[in-house]
Amino acid sequence: MAEQKPLEQYSDELAQCVRCGACQAHCPVYLETGHEGSVARGKIVLAAAVLTGEVGLDERLRQEIGLCLLCGSCVAKCPNHVPTDAIIGAFRRKIAAEQGLSPIGKGVAALTGSKPLLKTLLKGAELLSPLLFKKIPKTSGLRLRFAPAVLKERSLPPIPERSLFARVPEFLQGEETKPIVGVFAGCALTYLYPQVGEILVRLPNSLGFSVFFPKTQGCCGMPALSSGNGTLINTLADANIEAFRTQNVASILTACASCHGMLAGHYAEKAGNPFGAALIDVHVFLAEQGLVDRLAALPRWRQRIKVTYHDPCHLRTAGITRQPRDLLRALPQVDFIEMEDAGLCCGLGGTFTATHPELSRAIGDRKLTGLASSGAEMIASGCPGCILQLQDIVDRAGLPIKAVHTLELIQQALSEPPQ
Amino acid sequence: MQTEHLLRQIADIVGTTHVSNSTVDRITHSFDATQRQCLPDVVVHPGSVEEISRIVRLANAERIPVLPRGAGSGFTGGSLPVRGGIVLVLTRMNRILEIDTDNLIAVVEPGVVTGHLQKEVEQLGLFYPPDPASKDFSTLGGNIAECAGGPRCVKYGVTRDYVLGLEVVTPTGAIIHTGGRTMKNVVGYDLTRLFVGSEGTLGIVTRITLRLLPKPEARKTMLVAFESIDGAAQSVSAIIRGKIIPTTLEFMDGSAIDCVRKATTLDLPLACRAVLIIEVDGDRALLDDQAEKILAIIRPLGVLETRVAETAEESEAIWKIRRSVSPSLRNLNPHKFNEDIVVPRSRVPEMIRALEGIASRYGVPIVNFGHAGDGNIHVNVMVDLHQPGMEDKAHQALYEIFRTTVDLGGSVSGEHGIGTAKAPYIGMELDQATLAVMRTIKQALDPNNIMNPGKIFPEEVPAATTGTIAP
Repeated sequence: MAEQKPLEQYSDELAQCVRCGACQAHCPVYLETGHEGSVARGKIVLAAAVLTGEVGLDERLRQEIGLCLLCGSCVAKCPNHVPTDAIIGAFRRKIAAEQGLSPIGKGVAALTGSKPLLKTLLKGAELLSPLLFKKIPKTSGLRLRFAPAVLKERSLPPIPERSLFARVPEFLQGEETKPIVGVFAGCALTYLYPQVGEILVRLPNSLGFSVFFPKTQGCCGMPALSSGNGTLINTLADANIEAFRTQNVASILTACASCHGMLAGHYAEKAGNPFGAALIDVHVFLAEQGLVDRLAALPRWRQRIKVTYHDPCHLRTAGITRQPRDLLRALPQVDFIEMEDAGLCCGLGGTFTATHPELSRAIGDRKLTGLASSGAEMIASGCPGCILQLQDIVDRAGLPIKAVHTLELIQQALSEPPQ
Repeated sequence: MQTEHLLRQIADIVGTTHVSNSTVDRITHSFDATQRQCLPDVVVHPGSVEEISRIVRLANAERIPVLPRGAGSGFTGGSLPVRGGIVLVLTRMNRILEIDTDNLIAVVEPGVVTGHLQKEVEQLGLFYPPDPASKDFSTLGGNIAECAGGPRCVKYGVTRDYVLGLEVVTPTGAIIHTGGRTMKNVVGYDLTRLFVGSEGTLGIVTRITLRLLPKPEARKTMLVAFESIDGAAQSVSAIIRGKIIPTTLEFMDGSAIDCVRKATTLDLPLACRAVLIIEVDGDRALLDDQAEKILAIIRPLGVLETRVAETAEESEAIWKIRRSVSPSLRNLNPHKFNEDIVVPRSRVPEMIRALEGIASRYGVPIVNFGHAGDGNIHVNVMVDLHQPGMEDKAHQALYEIFRTTVDLGGSVSGEHGIGTAKAPYIGMELDQATLAVMRTIKQALDPNNIMNPGKIFPEEVPAATTGTIAP
């Protein structure tokens, strides 16, 4: 992947901000802190001040620049389309380049870090649930999300024995006339929710597509982006691009909103689309394949579940809000209920939950009012990170709600007899 | 006083986590939506009226400027620390204290975001009408300081029409209470109205009692395309003359339509040179009739096309056209002088013609849109300040715009306030005797001029003789 743009080259984008303050209405962090430094506008003014030398990269500045989930909500709603997420990425790369990585950032750096560092990290890993960590490569962003401090007090799904790589073959032959689709699963669907990853691989195949799931794929790089590790972003991007090169795929499917945001957004920031294949969220793909009508034609179940939907930031800001809902509404076993504030961030934000656990929880708890009043028994979403966080939110609040991936409900409708 | 000493004293009042003099915090509180920057000395996030009172007493004793700040989204510099000092950010005081459904009253703290209150009261079937474009992020404290307006003001009036009572910390630190919880109240001077729109120069509002209305049952949105601005302007007068007050009566002139057309695909006839967006609200049963009456009145006035929204989505599509004006302006030129003049409704056509004349005389694009129903026009002078001499040119154009506005019986600001941006022009509208009364009030309440100094009143030089401004 081409070198990422340094902060110094963002002066035009910084000048695009007219300081109107509209970002305040959409920033999950600002809604909690009420501090101008938390929100896009404040950070943009700080970036400009750093470039003019008005302020250095001091501790207070690093705190403020750390307070961003990279959710992209401000970018999507900005009247002037200021790319604050890209600016924060560049800002963090500058801080990391000049002052070294933060402790969390060092964790992310395991792949390219020095040998002693690798050893330290392995020691850290021993403290963790061996079941979880033996299976998760050191390059995975999951390691950061589930560092010991974060694991405490958090609901975690039971860790599956076999990762997605052990569950599905690298290539599934489909119909001759249909193209090959690639699958990029990402860390969470590979190690934490491989049963969902398996649906992502097998469902397109059952629709007649050949599916290529290269086992050399790795972490999408979102945690590296979040911690400002430009080198690691490049290494991971190169490996992932290379992984898909051996087959002529028409498109690459994702079922993790953050992976989608990273591959379709940040990889493309400077290099265009380096995969040469369209990156398609699985909901969009299934809707395009006519699955909505097919699901709607199934006999309605007599016993239906009340399901609501949470918009992952990285799907919402990419404009993907309709397709997941269309699919859920069509499900024969589901009564779909729209909940209030479906588009509010869950607060996980990649490594944000590791760096700011309390704030992360406070942001997530804003979902509770809407969730509780919706009367839903399940909350579906299109991002494993959100699902993990949502389950934690409802568990802490003692609500009898289960968080699931939309794909699990689709799979249930297609495979189980009506009840 | 030394900043360090001041910092310690304020920390004793609010706690160390809520006060800062770091360069980073000073920079992030140095601006508002005017894009000017002035560094404060200290940034404080107070949590109660008592804390604010103690800080103000301290500042008054030490003659340190105090700047109340909400969302910092003002367009005229109202929250800019032009003389440094203490910025008091009121975002922590963001509780809705009470929604009284028997008396239709809400009591709130100043840091509550306007849109948030609206959502909460609407869930109870109530309604807080003022709807500035910034309602999703601007605070009620800021709305009161600037007496914010919005599209719905045609029918429902502006912020001041909904404020029943205030708790205010005066510039000497006294905590006072104005008005009350009743519609009728004639005891003493109407201090509530004095504080609303005072731009934070007379005190800091710490608690607000607002009047609410029952929420209208339904609304209906229409878009009408005209072949000329005259037809649109005549329609506004004709509708009002027809004894109908729509909820909103927004207009876009030809230049605004051109801007949107360039930025997005706009499904309007090419001959369209003006648009009115008309919304009516009330009992569902009456809306169709009202809409039909309006359309019948304006049909003979050069209407090219009419679109009546049948669903919420169609209504949203119409409003999207209006909202896309502002962001599309940057395609014309990078810098914007965003004015909010207001003229009597019947003078809108004359004002628009004058604006077109000024635009062509100075060779600067002027895009006009806004609240035609109450004569409040958002005049956007679009320039590229990198061009030599452009700043002077822009100011000369602005001077002419304000001159014409006042000559037509209008006002240089309908809803944004004076702040620093329009202080040079206030003398055009207010005579010396009136200004003197205002200064007397300011001096009586704020003898040491610590409360948001450098705002509203022109400093020393009278407006008409200020170097770059007079033609």
